[in-house]
Amino acid sequence: MSTAVSDAVPPTDPTELALPRQRGYWGTVGYRLRYDYVTLFFGTLLLLIILAAVFAPLLAPFDPYQESIIRRLKPPGYQDRYWLGTDELGRDVLSRLLYGGRITLTMGIMPVVVATLIGGTLGLIAGFAGGPLNMAIMRVMDVFYAFPSVLLAVAISGAMGGGAINGMIALSLVFIPPLCRVAETATTQVRNLDFVDAARATGAPLRKVLWHHVLGNVLGPVLIYASSLISVAIILASGLSFLGLGVKPPDPDWGLMLNALRQSIYVSPLVAAMPGIAILLTSVSMNLVSDGLRAAMDVRS
Amino acid sequence: MFGYVIRRLLAAIPIALGVSMVCFALVYLAPGDPIQTLLPPDADAETVERLKRLYGLDRPIVIQYAEWLYRVATGDFGRSIANGRPVIEEIQRSLGNTVLLAFLSVLVAFSIAFILGTIAGRKSGTWIDRAVTGVAVLGVSIPNYWLAIVLVIIFSVELMLLPSSGTAGDTFDPTSWEHIQYLILPVITLSMIPVGIIARTTRSAVSEVMNQEFVVTLRANGLPEWRVLKHAIKNALPPVLAVMGLQFGTLMGGSILVETVFAWPGSGYLLSKAILTRDVPVLQGTILVLAMIFVVTNLAVDLFQSTLDPRIRRG
Repeated sequence: MSTAVSDAVPPTDPTELALPRQRGYWGTVGYRLRYDYVTLFFGTLLLLIILAAVFAPLLAPFDPYQESIIRRLKPPGYQDRYWLGTDELGRDVLSRLLYGGRITLTMGIMPVVVATLIGGTLGLIAGFAGGPLNMAIMRVMDVFYAFPSVLLAVAISGAMGGGAINGMIALSLVFIPPLCRVAETATTQVRNLDFVDAARATGAPLRKVLWHHVLGNVLGPVLIYASSLISVAIILASGLSFLGLGVKPPDPDWGLMLNALRQSIYVSPLVAAMPGIAILLTSVSMNLVSDGLRAAMDVRS
Repeated sequence: MFGYVIRRLLAAIPIALGVSMVCFALVYLAPGDPIQTLLPPDADAETVERLKRLYGLDRPIVIQYAEWLYRVATGDFGRSIANGRPVIEEIQRSLGNTVLLAFLSVLVAFSIAFILGTIAGRKSGTWIDRAVTGVAVLGVSIPNYWLAIVLVIIFSVELMLLPSSGTAGDTFDPTSWEHIQYLILPVITLSMIPVGIIARTTRSAVSEVMNQEFVVTLRANGLPEWRVLKHAIKNALPPVLAVMGLQFGTLMGGSILVETVFAWPGSGYLLSKAILTRDVPVLQGTILVLAMIFVVTNLAVDLFQSTLDPRIRRG
């Protein structure tokens, strides 16, 4: 039956013939991104960092946990095999950075994903329901907004006793309020538009109105905002490990490595700066990619 | 205006109460019973019960919160587990150092960022604008605890110009180089994020004002460019000052990592030591005070801004 219907439709749409170069929304976004060289460059860099972390077991020249008393704190290029030198326990810094990427990126990305799901849902509910439910949800969020983000992350993970899981829980809690607020603002705007009223008036079930009409318009701003938070999350997660609240030794984490190598700045300053460069490259790339996406997806410009 | 001030103050009360509840709850987030941290692991059930009664832990949680709130409001934050001293004294001793650090950092950041942002905003779209935007992105992307270490490597280890950490003494003397030299690296480090944020705000505020019709009118009337700019800056200043105020509050609570690297004896370093020794009363008290400072700064910024520009008053 369906094939019969599609056969009946003429193969070429007349409007398409009249305007051959008309692009859809995603076509425009893609077209803009293709000529945004800054975003392309840092997007590639980010992709390489992620791939390096994913394929760490294949790429790492040494076991990241293999200690050695005789080759502690060697400079980059030592024996032509330890390209980035060795740390305070004689472990290969390059291998630890590659493996550390897995932990640090997970610690940074997971909380944002969790917070997007929870905060986004809460914001959607608050925005769509309005009234007292909105009040209740948003006032609770205001309380968490009243903490500087670093302080809240430190407070929660510090009270819970540290550890990678507790660190991720703390960071998720830090990011839920801002994401909830973005989702709530977007939902409130969409809810009062005519097409939502029209859908409801024609008897569409609430579930379908939310799914087709509201979510489609809320998801964009929420995801763009979430992508800008990943950079903050990576810096904060490494910061927690740096304070001894995140990943525990001997696991390689960029923040933890930075703190351990901090004691060796007089002996091996170049190696001590390495983990921070990894954090910096990741967060700069993430920020610029997020800015690029935001600009490309902004339909008004 | 007076009515608005009262409304904002009243709106801040539930927030402050909420913040105190979160701080109160921190103790219950800690793994295990709070009693167990005070007693040896082999203490018998009767001793545990007696101690629970003594500390009021057997009573309903609402009563416990009310009592805790009353004590905190009267300045009793309990005693440090690590050294037995009253928590309030520890906080009082360190808070001034953090205020000094945060204030100077925001001031330095403002001086740099306002100039950068104004130039970028006037020439929006040019390479100067893109360069300033690049600096701003870098400012917010740099992990400041790493920048702190890099600055120590450059200025303390290699050049041996500045001390790597600590202070010259308990009371700060602004006339003595001996004291000032310890501040330079922490202030540069902490000003990095505010430079990025303030430069961005200034840029958009200035470029927005420059595109307004009154600027065209001023130019059409033959006003020299620097006087046009004076008008533009006057209009762009309120949002920038507001961001500056908010950044001060953020730095007060967010300087923990930088203070740790520089062993700067402020509230952030106190917090970091409390984490290492699992000193929950100090942790709880410091976080409460810093969060309250953040709430008060935000409120002050809001009131200040609405005095300058009544249009932005909130419901």
